[in-house]
Amino acid sequence: MAVFRLRHFRAAHLRTLCLAVLSLLVWLPILLMLAACLMPEDELLWRYLEPLGGGRDRVRAALLPAYPSAEPLIELLFRSPGFFVMFWNSCIQTLPALAGQLLIGAPAAWAFARFSFPGKKALFFFYILLMVLPFQVTQVSNYLVLDRLKLLDTHLALILPGIWSTFPVFIMTKSFETIPTALLEAAYLDGAGEWKTFFYVGMPSGYPGIVTAMLLGFIDLWNALEQPVAYLKNVALWPLSLYLPNIAQDKASVAFAACLVMMAPPVLFYLNGQSELEQGIAASGVKE
Amino acid sequence: MRKAKSSDIAGRQRRAAWFFLAPSLAGVALFTGIPFADVVRRSFLDPLGREPVGLANYAAVWSNTAFRLAFANTARFLAVCVPLLMLVSLVLALLVFNRDGKGSFYKTSLVLPMVIPVAAMVLVWKIVLCPDGVLNQALTMLDGWLGRIGAGGAYGAAGAAAAGIEPTGNLAATAVTVGNAAAQVTQKWDTDWVNGPTAFPVLVVTYIWKNAGYDLLIWTAGLASISESLYDAARVDGAGFWQRLRYITLPGIAGTGGLVLILSVVNSFRVYREAYLLAGSYPDTSIYMAPHLFSHWFLTLDVQNMCTAAMLLVGASLLLALALAAVRLLAAGLRRLRS
Repeated sequence: MAVFRLRHFRAAHLRTLCLAVLSLLVWLPILLMLAACLMPEDELLWRYLEPLGGGRDRVRAALLPAYPSAEPLIELLFRSPGFFVMFWNSCIQTLPALAGQLLIGAPAAWAFARFSFPGKKALFFFYILLMVLPFQVTQVSNYLVLDRLKLLDTHLALILPGIWSTFPVFIMTKSFETIPTALLEAAYLDGAGEWKTFFYVGMPSGYPGIVTAMLLGFIDLWNALEQPVAYLKNVALWPLSLYLPNIAQDKASVAFAACLVMMAPPVLFYLNGQSELEQGIAASGVKE
Repeated sequence: MRKAKSSDIAGRQRRAAWFFLAPSLAGVALFTGIPFADVVRRSFLDPLGREPVGLANYAAVWSNTAFRLAFANTARFLAVCVPLLMLVSLVLALLVFNRDGKGSFYKTSLVLPMVIPVAAMVLVWKIVLCPDGVLNQALTMLDGWLGRIGAGGAYGAAGAAAAGIEPTGNLAATAVTVGNAAAQVTQKWDTDWVNGPTAFPVLVVTYIWKNAGYDLLIWTAGLASISESLYDAARVDGAGFWQRLRYITLPGIAGTGGLVLILSVVNSFRVYREAYLLAGSYPDTSIYMAPHLFSHWFLTLDVQNMCTAAMLLVGASLLLALALAAVRLLAAGLRRLRS
């Protein structure tokens, strides 16, 4: 009996130890970044000259600043109009696309999930195929379409293709499929039409899928790199994801603070929607 | 028997479906469908996009050395990274999984890298990977320790001989003398991990760091769908941990594994973002992959090469999908034969 308990005890602790070590692997880089956000410029250059592109010098990494100072954050948030332009660009290119994905993708997902119509399977397969294609496959032709529509070098060049991404439709479809039919039949019996059923019953029930689609869509749009590189020539329209790698050459002192600010929205969004994310991903993964 | 009227549910659904679907279909057709069809068309045309040239483009691209390199590297990355990612995320999911389903700090931590933008992490990676960075410093320190205890590295008997010291039978004495000599010949590591042949493993590691979380969530969903009573029955029958793993857990999540595989392959093209941010548009040959080549062709407006290579990519993915489907059918068929 005592032996059994000892083995269990050791197994549980071994597991916690493993998890703690792995979490360290995740948190150490983040803590490094956080510490660097509180370092004044001269300490940053003393510690991280080489990563910031200033020449070869030993990296003196630290999890705590030697001379804590809010200078980078103040400099970034109050004295860098350029950064705000980029941040706002990111927002302009991300949020309308997200709203569009919801407004246009959710009804489509509902149709795929609950209705039966001729060609549904083929169409859904086509959507999945488009979702799987890497961006580079349609890059040139996308460029030509956008050029024809005179949308190149504008925010719309990123917003419009983003709205019609097929990945959110896929996730929401899988989530809507998990809604019990009885619920919808009850709504129908109560006299609700297709639209009312979708809006008042389907959307609230499929909420985890919607949150998942929005969260993953937001992360993808916020991180977008290939599309702005290809479609935006005007540097004033660049989003954060393009601006950040060059920021060290511009202003080394705010480089890490800028990384933190760019990191904040997705992380906060994620921490808020964690349980819905897990449910949404579960719905897309579990085969009936 | 009531005649089916158009006011029937089915008829009403059919009409409603088109209304629900129309906005999405229109945009997808415009922004993805038409470009895709155009790509197919252009792959059969000449550089100016007018004359059909049959399969000449395909022959040209197939014999293009840059394409072969990029294709080979992409295939190599997929072959190495996807199984590794699936394995790592499965192990993490097994460690993190708890049946009552409440969130845990560890699960949140492990999924966090997925939401951190790549652009935001690049500086930290540079801190670790640059020639005078944390990794090289750690390796130098390790080398120093190994040297001081007279073990491994350049500081075994060979190292002692190189330093001109006679190894005595007394290990401690040798260690001290070797250590002193080693302190003078300490090998300093200053590899540029990102811009040399080490770029490939580095990319694999950073990619797994970032994406293990997403696969972990899918595995967790799969694990949760295995009924607890199976485990209880096994435990009562005396099955140990490894037996439960092998006979209940693994078969139970085989279906989830298929989805993880597909999503991992799809996501693996996103590694271009990391590669581009860490190593630029023209990195070391070991990590020059399909997206790098495409962006090069895009810059030089080499349209028909891009379209042809895109078709080859699509063809390769379709082949892969068919192979997977065939394996699945085979496995299902075998299972039915056995039972």
